[in-house]
Amino acid sequence: MSLLHLAVISPLLLALLIPFLHKHFRKIHTGWFLLPLPAVLFGYFLQFISVTRQGDTVMETIPWISSLGIDFTVKVDGLGLLFALLITGIGALVVLYSIYYLSPEKEKLNTFYIYLLLFMGAMLGVVLSDNLIVLYAFWELTSFSSFLLIGYWNHRERSRYGAQKSMLITVFGGLSMFGGILLLNSITGTFSITETIAMSNEVVNHPLFTATLILFLLGAFTKSAQFPFHIWLPDAMEAPTPVSAYLHSATMVKAGIYMVARMTPVFAHSGTWVWLVAGIGIITLFWGSFSAVKQVDLKAILAFSTVSQLGMIMSLLGAGAAALHYGTIQDGYYIVAVTAAVFHLINHATFKGSLFMVTGIIDHETGTRDIRKLGGLMNFMPITFTLAIIGTFSMAGIPPFNGFLSKEMFFTGMLRIAEMDIFSFDTWGILFPIIAWTASVFTFLYSMIYVFKTFTGKYQPEKLDKKPHEAPVGMLIPPVILASLAVIIGIYPDVISGRLISPALRSILPALLDDSKAYEVHIYHWHGFTPELFMTIGVIAVGILLYKTLTKWTGVYRAFPEKLALNRFYDSGLEKLELGSLNITRGYMTGFIRTYLVYIFTFFVLALGVTLFYRNAFALDFSDVAPIRFFEVVLVAIMAISAITILFAKSRLTSIILLGSVGYTVALFFVIFRAPDLALTQLVIETVSVALFLLAFYHLPQINRKEEHMRFKLGNLLVSIGVGVIVTMIALSAHSNKSFKSISEYYVENTYKKAGGENMVNVILVDFRGFDTMFEIAVLGIAALGIFAMIRLRLTRGKE
Amino acid sequence: MEILMAFLVGILFMTATYLMLSKSLLRIIIGTGLLSHGAHLLLLTMGGLKRGAAPLLGENAPAYADPLPQALILTAIVISFGVTAFFLVLAYRAYQELGTDNMDRLRGKEGHE
Repeated sequence: MSLLHLAVISPLLLALLIPFLHKHFRKIHTGWFLLPLPAVLFGYFLQFISVTRQGDTVMETIPWISSLGIDFTVKVDGLGLLFALLITGIGALVVLYSIYYLSPEKEKLNTFYIYLLLFMGAMLGVVLSDNLIVLYAFWELTSFSSFLLIGYWNHRERSRYGAQKSMLITVFGGLSMFGGILLLNSITGTFSITETIAMSNEVVNHPLFTATLILFLLGAFTKSAQFPFHIWLPDAMEAPTPVSAYLHSATMVKAGIYMVARMTPVFAHSGTWVWLVAGIGIITLFWGSFSAVKQVDLKAILAFSTVSQLGMIMSLLGAGAAALHYGTIQDGYYIVAVTAAVFHLINHATFKGSLFMVTGIIDHETGTRDIRKLGGLMNFMPITFTLAIIGTFSMAGIPPFNGFLSKEMFFTGMLRIAEMDIFSFDTWGILFPIIAWTASVFTFLYSMIYVFKTFTGKYQPEKLDKKPHEAPVGMLIPPVILASLAVIIGIYPDVISGRLISPALRSILPALLDDSKAYEVHIYHWHGFTPELFMTIGVIAVGILLYKTLTKWTGVYRAFPEKLALNRFYDSGLEKLELGSLNITRGYMTGFIRTYLVYIFTFFVLALGVTLFYRNAFALDFSDVAPIRFFEVVLVAIMAISAITILFAKSRLTSIILLGSVGYTVALFFVIFRAPDLALTQLVIETVSVALFLLAFYHLPQINRKEEHMRFKLGNLLVSIGVGVIVTMIALSAHSNKSFKSISEYYVENTYKKAGGENMVNVILVDFRGFDTMFEIAVLGIAALGIFAMIRLRLTRGKE
Repeated sequence: MEILMAFLVGILFMTATYLMLSKSLLRIIIGTGLLSHGAHLLLLTMGGLKRGAAPLLGENAPAYADPLPQALILTAIVISFGVTAFFLVLAYRAYQELGTDNMDRLRGKEGHE
């Protein structure tokens, strides 16, 4: 157990304490107990920067299930550290924010913070585990905690719906990824990511490669809300705003990005990977930004915006993976895409985090998030307005904020993809910069809608529940910090380029680098009059034009057929699935014991029949059989006839007498087969049984077989014959195949020697197998108690 | 003899299964009774028949019948009696309480599961 392991699981440990802290310190907001943890962890992880900067990594292992290759290995490298810093840094700010956002009187704070800690620990586990199985476990834990947090206000129908939706989609992806992990393991024989990367060549040339790749991407795409799985993210906005800011914007949804970045060294040598990651990413980018424009809820705008920005990072990773095909760094020509991806990942966390917090402030102070009701808030909330301006302008890619820098690099990456001469990018690649540019126009548009529809325009006090005013200081500090970061990074990008981006690049594209070198990352504001600059100018110009003429063209959205909406597919699909499974269950779970008996007997016949067949147990050998005497044949005939006659007996009495005759014949057989004890017991028991039957028959009704029609009988007959045949086969086969020597010899030899008895059967029962007999007596006792209770039950009932 | 017994056991199992699948409670109980008879004979047959004297050392025989199946069967006879008795009282009580011995009608009602 190293300090590093402790850091990963410390949130989970603290979660255990939360119920006590919440209970015993009711006057203090539970959030204050949490706040130090992510802050301390952030500081702790910061010191690793000096390690990763050197190109080194830190690795600690706790053996867990080593025989299966599953160990709790924690590895800190550039990529993992970047995410760990995001998780703890944004985590600290979100906890601080939530202290003012969630009222201790109205909300169940203990559950909220337990879920949040659960998530924090799980997410740290995802980004720092080097073992795929451990990573997978943490991965599912993030889905699970996300489910709990979305459904936090579980009295709301929409919350439950959103929680279920996110759970179904992300867990579907998680299971797919698990399949991918197992396939990958079957190729490489290891669960360690580091070792897997080293075996990249074998993976790429393996026949299962494409299947593995697609399963992994399903996991990443569902988690990172890529098209067409993005539909869960807008519904996840039912969660409290701090959660949306934390999980559904800054960290959890980026787990998919993390996975793609992490697996890039393994998969990136294939064209399928580049096309899928870049293609799905760019479609998501466009669809998200296009859909965001039509939203009227501030959080919905941000949700679609997040979808779109995640798509952008994804497409950059895909484009950057193509760099590996050129073998060398080539002056960072293609690496720029990956650099932009990492850079934008950080930028997105800063500006989107602050925007979510701004949304929470607006919601908190006005009581609504509907842009049709909002307007003119600028005068009431000047600080919030400033924060919103910084956030949205950065998102729209306007200088001097950090979003501008990454947006320019994004254009560069997309332009380069069009120039590539591999994987038919030379023909279709041109689509990438075109879609990217169009999507950026929409991004600009919804950013403007977000800020100007809320803060400028006509103030409509009659539509608001509360009189708006500026938020408390504590609620403003976190977004202020994030917005300042957006500005600082915007002005001095090199603050993070060497410390965070370059080590992360080394993790994503290790193959291109000699051990001693590091990626030289320099981010410039001014590149000269490049195509990127004109693209940005174009985005701003067209964006402003579209914003001014918004009312004239929004009809476009109504033209889209509602029937084709993905949510409709999801809803009706889920409905049909539930109905289908219900029908199937009802189809075989009839509630009749008879049906279940038929299943049991059929299974019995099939399982034994198939086993007998495959084990070749039909080699019958009748050389060693006992002779048959005439009267034995008579007894067999009597027994068989009695048994079969029971089937046709119409009266109860006949049935019982016939059963008795079978029983007494069995006793006779025992005599013939040299089993005097059995014969005695059987005689006594049979007499008592028949007496009991006669006693009961007096109380039971006549056998009515009119309700049994032909098909019913025929089905039963088939099953019965099957059972009869299979049992005969077993008896014959058991006689012919003696695989082992009987253990009976032991008893024959030792009966007198060890137990001092002469009757072997008796000695076995009361001595060698004495415990069996004791439990047998217990069973009889329980049966007797049951019978007694059933009769008593009637008496008490009768008295009432 | 063993072959003959194998077929007899098969017939017993067949009739027992058929009876257990019927709708009348009494027939089901008779079915379980037949099933246990079949099982006992099956055990005995599998051990081999008529090999040596009864398993009593006092016989002083050169060979004895296999005592182990006999011990098992003895246990089984007693247990099956207990089960049969329990079933009978259960059937009797069920008929008294519910007014039917038809398995189809004894099915749990909606909201009664």
